[in-house]
Amino acid sequence: ESPEPGCRSYPHLASSEAYHLTVIEPVAILKADEVWGALRGLETFSQLVHEDDYGRFLVNESEIHDFPRFAHRGILLDTSRHYLPLKSILTNLDAMAFNKFNVLHWHIVDDQSFPYQSIYFPELSDKGAYSYNHIYTPADVHMVIEYARLRGIRVIPEFDTPGHTQSWGKGQKDLLTPCYNGEQPSGFFGPVNPILNTTYDFMTKFFKEISSVFPDAYIHLGGDEVNFDCWKSNPEVKEFMKQQGFGINYAKLESYYIQKILDTVSSYDKGYMVWQEVFDNKAQLKPDTVVEVWIESNYTHELSSVTRAGFTAILAAPWYLDYISYGQDWKKYYSIEPLNFPGSEEQKKLLIGGEACLWGEFVDATNLTPRLWPRASAVGERLWSSRSVTDLQDAYTRLTNHRCRMLR
Amino acid sequence: QLLIFVATPGCDGFPSLDSKESYKLSVSEGSLLLSADAVWGALRGLETFSQLVGRDENGTCYINKTEIVDFPRFPHRGLLLDTSRHYLPLRAILETLDVMAYNKFNVFHWHIVDDPSFPYESLTFPELSKQGAFNAMTHVYTASDVQMVIEYARLRGIRVIAEFDTPGHTLSWGPGAPGLLTPCYLGNDPSGTYGPINPILNSTYQFVSSLFQEVSTVFPDYFLHLGGDEVDFSCWKSNPKIRAFMKEMGFGEDYKKLESFYVQRLLDIISSLGKGYIVWQEVFDNEVKVRPDTIIHVWKENSTPYMKEMANVTKAGYRALLSAPWYLNHISYGQDWMAAYQVEPLKFEGSSEQKDRVIGGEACMWGEYVDVTNLAPRLWPRAGAVAERLWSNATVRDLQDAYMRLADFRCKLLRRGVQAQPLYVGYCENEFGG
Repeated sequence: ESPEPGCRSYPHLASSEAYHLTVIEPVAILKADEVWGALRGLETFSQLVHEDDYGRFLVNESEIHDFPRFAHRGILLDTSRHYLPLKSILTNLDAMAFNKFNVLHWHIVDDQSFPYQSIYFPELSDKGAYSYNHIYTPADVHMVIEYARLRGIRVIPEFDTPGHTQSWGKGQKDLLTPCYNGEQPSGFFGPVNPILNTTYDFMTKFFKEISSVFPDAYIHLGGDEVNFDCWKSNPEVKEFMKQQGFGINYAKLESYYIQKILDTVSSYDKGYMVWQEVFDNKAQLKPDTVVEVWIESNYTHELSSVTRAGFTAILAAPWYLDYISYGQDWKKYYSIEPLNFPGSEEQKKLLIGGEACLWGEFVDATNLTPRLWPRASAVGERLWSSRSVTDLQDAYTRLTNHRCRMLR
Repeated sequence: QLLIFVATPGCDGFPSLDSKESYKLSVSEGSLLLSADAVWGALRGLETFSQLVGRDENGTCYINKTEIVDFPRFPHRGLLLDTSRHYLPLRAILETLDVMAYNKFNVFHWHIVDDPSFPYESLTFPELSKQGAFNAMTHVYTASDVQMVIEYARLRGIRVIAEFDTPGHTLSWGPGAPGLLTPCYLGNDPSGTYGPINPILNSTYQFVSSLFQEVSTVFPDYFLHLGGDEVDFSCWKSNPKIRAFMKEMGFGEDYKKLESFYVQRLLDIISSLGKGYIVWQEVFDNEVKVRPDTIIHVWKENSTPYMKEMANVTKAGYRALLSAPWYLNHISYGQDWMAAYQVEPLKFEGSSEQKDRVIGGEACMWGEYVDVTNLAPRLWPRAGAVAERLWSNATVRDLQDAYMRLADFRCKLLRRGVQAQPLYVGYCENEFGG
């Protein structure tokens, strides 16, 4: 109940997810400022219902005031290293809702394949997807967005450039930089070519489409792991560096590129998320840029730097769930305290949440669900619950129960 | 039409360690011939044949002209499943047997009971599962379930070797068999907790005898796996009656002697039942007197390098099974199938007689973190690397080539409805759940 519940709108970073649940004979009352809170409260309510020995359903008398500690609680799925059938994405959205996750970070394309069927540039998936059966049509994409919305989950797509773009080159001639072996092109291609106007013409049009297809206020632009070797080998790129006065600092070329993309995306009224390298390499970022910290070594230091510079940050580094190992690794994910980094109160406020990442090198629909759940639940609780909820014993008991519930 | 010729007919028997699994496959224009000495070879050949059939773009099935003479390098190629740490529904076991057959595995090592639960419904001692199963209604294997597994396996040329691991790993036996386990002591009083099977009571040996009498009848294979691993001595040491027994027997402080005392009597019982036995390596390491035809199962990876253990076991004249580098439950990031594939079971210093005593190995999927929700992706296609190592010639080791074939095989598994996980980036025509 609320004057403007917002059932037809999309969830966003500032959505209110707080709710108030009162269970007292003979009724249960769920109140929330916005429908998103009602969704969270419904999930909680469903978990309170239990069965007695006679098969009767009961709820204990309860009074719950609940709200998330962090506003951005995400799961990253990678549909490029392996295609994920639509059904597996939807099943995963359900599981996310059971765990109060509210962001699907859809790392939709990368080097290996380009499954996103673009309306303006159909050749991208025609030539870049693994096959015609390994594609997300506009209808598929809408399905994901709507299915997510109904669960209070934002869909933030990531179109990672200028690196991680091998598959783009198949359907878009001259987009990628031709690498050179001495004087001759080697036949191989590197990151997106930052010196051609055609590159920016393409990106402008492409991101126009993306901005209209994906309703969320944010788009993730990637910007990670750009290998400079290919740029360094290309004589035209080298010439450009000279012209621009970049010397031999290719990070400047990278920033030059990113800058233009960021400005393009801004002009479509979208905010952007970027991987930490974009910040580390000193590109000019808009104040509402979200920097995603993913490099494990020294990540607390990185969180300090990012927030000290006044940018919002989200934490992924300690939560790469694709890094499997033997035993109860959920405990180490649970024990991470995101605000354990050197910084002022204001700085800490800039850490708006985190993401559990399931990169797809070794993951597809055959093992996605068991690999993600219930390990990601540990991250889900860390991002929702109060800082003081840390007891491992207690968490184990609740998590095993929750796991059985998810099986049901 | 594929013509199958089996020299020694007979489809009613059970496969054994000595079964002949060799076959010849001849494919030429107008003639498809599969011949084998025994039906077990025909089964292996049929599987190969099924993998040779391809489909072209028009959907037409075809097969290349080919001449194959094939036979396994090792006669014992096993997979261990643990149904105590987590119960596995019957269907999951049967599906696993299907995929084992696709991989030419021929032994199902059923580690059926252990500390956490006792799902085996015993006719002689019904209380064991009534008190010891996770849930006596839903998490048990009835007599007919067990028969189903044995027959389903037999039809695929797979032996079922049951393991009733004692004297350690037996906590779940306690509730249904009061007096069986050793009561531990805190000072002069029982602490309320229990340890391994109590080796000093006659009742223990009566019980064990009756139970294994039943087990010997239920499981038709000549071999039983008797366990004998990881016996924790601290409970025995705490018990005054046991300490008194140690003194009587002149064992001093060497509890390995007490363990041997138990295992000895157990082995004698099993022998008198007309069965052979497989034991974990501790039984050999602790110098228990075992029959010459005992098979020692090498599993430890840390203390003694396992290849040294293989040398020692075979040098002492015993046959050996290798599992140490093939604990598939030990997951890690990346293409760990490669390490499993590169193991060379005969890479130790020894005579050719010694090497002949290595009869094969087993991939193990212990159940601490495994149940039906993740069994298939965790097992396949990784176990395939072990299967090839145990079937194929020692010279078949090229990783590049193996990758191509295993990745292709994985897509085949998907087509057959197996939830086999990917080896690395890529795709299959038909994705799981696509």
